[in-house]
Amino acid sequence: MDRRKAEETFFKWLTAICTIIVVGSALAIVVTVIIKGAPALSLSMITQTPSGGYYTGTAGGGILNAIVGSLYLAFGATALAIAISLPVALFLQRDYAMKSGFTGFVRFVLDILWGVPSIVLGMFMLTIMFFLGMRASLGAGIIVLALLELPIMIRAMDAAIRSVPDKMKEASYALGATRLETSLKVVVRQALPGLLVAILLAFGRAIGDGASIMLTSGYSDRIPTSLGDPVASLPLAIFYLSGLPYSGAKEKAYAAAFILLVIVLLVSMISRYILKKFSKYVVK
Amino acid sequence: MFSSRLMLIVTFFVVVVLFLIIFVLLRKSWPILSTKSLGELLSWSWLPSQGKFGFSPFILGTLAVTAVAMIIAIPLSILTAIYIAEYAPRKLRAIVKPFIDLLAGIPSIVFGLFGVLVVVPLVSGYLAPLFGTTSTGYCVLSAGIVLALMVFPIMISICVELFEAVPGGVREASLALGATRWQMVKHVVVRSSFPGIIAAIILGFGRAFGETLAVMMVVGNSPVTPSLFGPAYPLTALIANNYGEMMSVPMYESALMLAAFILLVVSVISIIAARLILRRVERRWAVG
Repeated sequence: MDRRKAEETFFKWLTAICTIIVVGSALAIVVTVIIKGAPALSLSMITQTPSGGYYTGTAGGGILNAIVGSLYLAFGATALAIAISLPVALFLQRDYAMKSGFTGFVRFVLDILWGVPSIVLGMFMLTIMFFLGMRASLGAGIIVLALLELPIMIRAMDAAIRSVPDKMKEASYALGATRLETSLKVVVRQALPGLLVAILLAFGRAIGDGASIMLTSGYSDRIPTSLGDPVASLPLAIFYLSGLPYSGAKEKAYAAAFILLVIVLLVSMISRYILKKFSKYVVK
Repeated sequence: MFSSRLMLIVTFFVVVVLFLIIFVLLRKSWPILSTKSLGELLSWSWLPSQGKFGFSPFILGTLAVTAVAMIIAIPLSILTAIYIAEYAPRKLRAIVKPFIDLLAGIPSIVFGLFGVLVVVPLVSGYLAPLFGTTSTGYCVLSAGIVLALMVFPIMISICVELFEAVPGGVREASLALGATRWQMVKHVVVRSSFPGIIAAIILGFGRAFGETLAVMMVVGNSPVTPSLFGPAYPLTALIANNYGEMMSVPMYESALMLAAFILLVVSVISIIAARLILRRVERRWAVG
């Protein structure tokens, strides 16, 4: 009897300690970035592009190029991904694709695409760029990030749309609405909170990814003026600058990490808020 | 009619993308696959300028880093999931779960920076002396720890879901027979979720296997035989460090494409395996 009790206590504590380790390390990451990043933040850091050369002048100016670059990349990719994801997610519903074998296959393909490492997507895009004669640019970065976002966004949108009750669609069809009208005016409106969360989820993934854009969008001290210009980004600013042996460069890397973390946390908080706030408008 | 046809075309396009990726990478790595023997490709000498492309140090580097990550992540994730699903008071669970989600949302590059700032000094200053060796800290162990941190949220959230899906009736049957809570967890919850746990491990493995920047920052990037406190050079780092000059040496491009193709094949296989297992798991409780 005693052994069973000892075992129970031991494992209860062991699992609790493991949880503390996991939660503690998550806290440690956030705290480290805040401790290092917050002091490095200044007005010039977030309002100026780097001054001087890439290696020598890393002490001057700020990281505006990376902030704006990351926003350009992530917003561009998200817009492109929405344009592709929404039709696919709608099409995956029973209203359109009659054969469930096909939709099952599409979902399976999307799951596989989700798991493809981002560096592999980068290598694929690099090959396409050689083929088309493109160079490392904002446009190429947007395409590869959209590719990264697609499976995430479609699967999340798919889940949101699938939760729309059949009765609601039937009511719309009974009134003589076409499938497209039903999809756009009933289904999309009903699933809107879920769709927004899907978009934010994909956006958060895209803005934090570095390996794919490292190969395809280059790096630049200037803010791009066209889709053909190379562009800096926060993840790559962290990667390149934290490895340089100058304290000015490291400061910039820490500031970039802080800003990136704030953006990602903000995105995740907004999606929580949307789910909570807007779900009351959804007809149950 | 027009709109649904357009949707079909877009859907087709998305499906085609995956096959296009597989085709393009295979096509690009074909020159080196068709001219070099398997023995040459698996050799230890990597000298692109002399036409020697031995992948062994890189494949072993990837395997070593991933293995260390999984050894750390598997027990910690499963035990944490057990605590969250079985032991934690409801209020605590409501705090811990969002925290795990938060960990999942942190970009991998931030994990890398954390690795450089905290894990590397920890390994060189404390862990290596503890084991009686010296290390720069830029080593397999550091990379494994950083990857384990990244894998936690994936494995924990899947496992928590699995454990919570075990029906109450089955648990009560076990408790009614006089089992302690832990015995119930061990014999009923964990055992019945076992296939799902395997799937969670595979998905975590897939994430760790393909990670690039965070690993590069802490692993030392030196093509030697990997050891726990020594550097290694994973496949992902090989691509990221050398894609810039791959057009300058013959066959170099093909060699790096082969590295990407290997990563692709392993990730595709692991996802397929995990999905097939999870699909079975979903059916299990749906019937009972």
